Amino acid sequence: MPSGTKMAGMEQLADPSQVPDADLVRLAQAGDLSAFEALTSRHETRVYTLVWRILRHPQDAEDATQQTFLSVLEHLSGFRGDSTFSTWLLRIATHAALKVLRRRKRGEPEPSDEAIEADPWGTVPRPEYIADWRQSPEELVHSQEVQRLLNNALEVLDEKHRAVFLLRDVEGLSIQETAQALGMTAANVKVRLLRARLRLREELTRKLGDPETRLLRHQHH
Amino acid sequence: MKCEELLKVLNEYVDGTVDPVICKEFEKHMEGCDPCQVVVDNIRKTITLYRNGNPVSLPPECRERLHAALRQRWKQTHH
Repeated sequence: MPSGTKMAGMEQLADPSQVPDADLVRLAQAGDLSAFEALTSRHETRVYTLVWRILRHPQDAEDATQQTFLSVLEHLSGFRGDSTFSTWLLRIATHAALKVLRRRKRGEPEPSDEAIEADPWGTVPRPEYIADWRQSPEELVHSQEVQRLLNNALEVLDEKHRAVFLLRDVEGLSIQETAQALGMTAANVKVRLLRARLRLREELTRKLGDPETRLLRHQHH
Repeated sequence: MKCEELLKVLNEYVDGTVDPVICKEFEKHMEGCDPCQVVVDNIRKTITLYRNGNPVSLPPECRERLHAALRQRWKQTHH
């Protein structure tokens, strides 16, 4: 809808599910509760999935989801559309999840980033189990067992690596947007993303790889 | 380019953002290195699988609590 055009309220729209986020945001900013509820309903599963995968705990995921949308409500009037609504929302959800993590780990020392910062490439895991997968992702994605495997494999990553992978590779945020959401430098996001991708590749290939196609890493290359 | 050097540009190669000159070197290396080819293929499949994986559904009672909390806060802030 061109800016300046008078918008219909939610009750006048034939099919609210077709209304773009940006229009729902403008309606909600103008005081339309049903527009805000439509935005929430549209994005709640995405937010819950992200925070559940970061936190790996249903009650914590519920807390972080609720905190996310309360925060959206609180700050919506200040949202100017510099990023898309969903990118803004995912950034808020990530903050909420990390806040829950800090609360959960109160008293525990923060894991040090020194090893990564001092020698980024030295800390990158080298591929060990190298083999073609027995099936394509399209065939695998429907299996409940594979869904469990995907969730379990995420457990091998610490929260920061998990969050980087989920924001960049699953949610499609850019490196810069991921860095902003997590309060990291882009360089740190890149090295964490590489570590996360390689760790997950290793975990999944050990389960989904065809042993008959297994290759040894060339030591001389 | 060696396997180790390939790791440093693996992200950019997989994301399609690698410098064209480096991209050529990367692909030249892969032509003669089956393990690197398979690792790149595995990583692409890993990302695809996660991207297309099932979302985690909000339990209905949790959804009700969320919407009730939001409506209550909305009333408090929109007199």
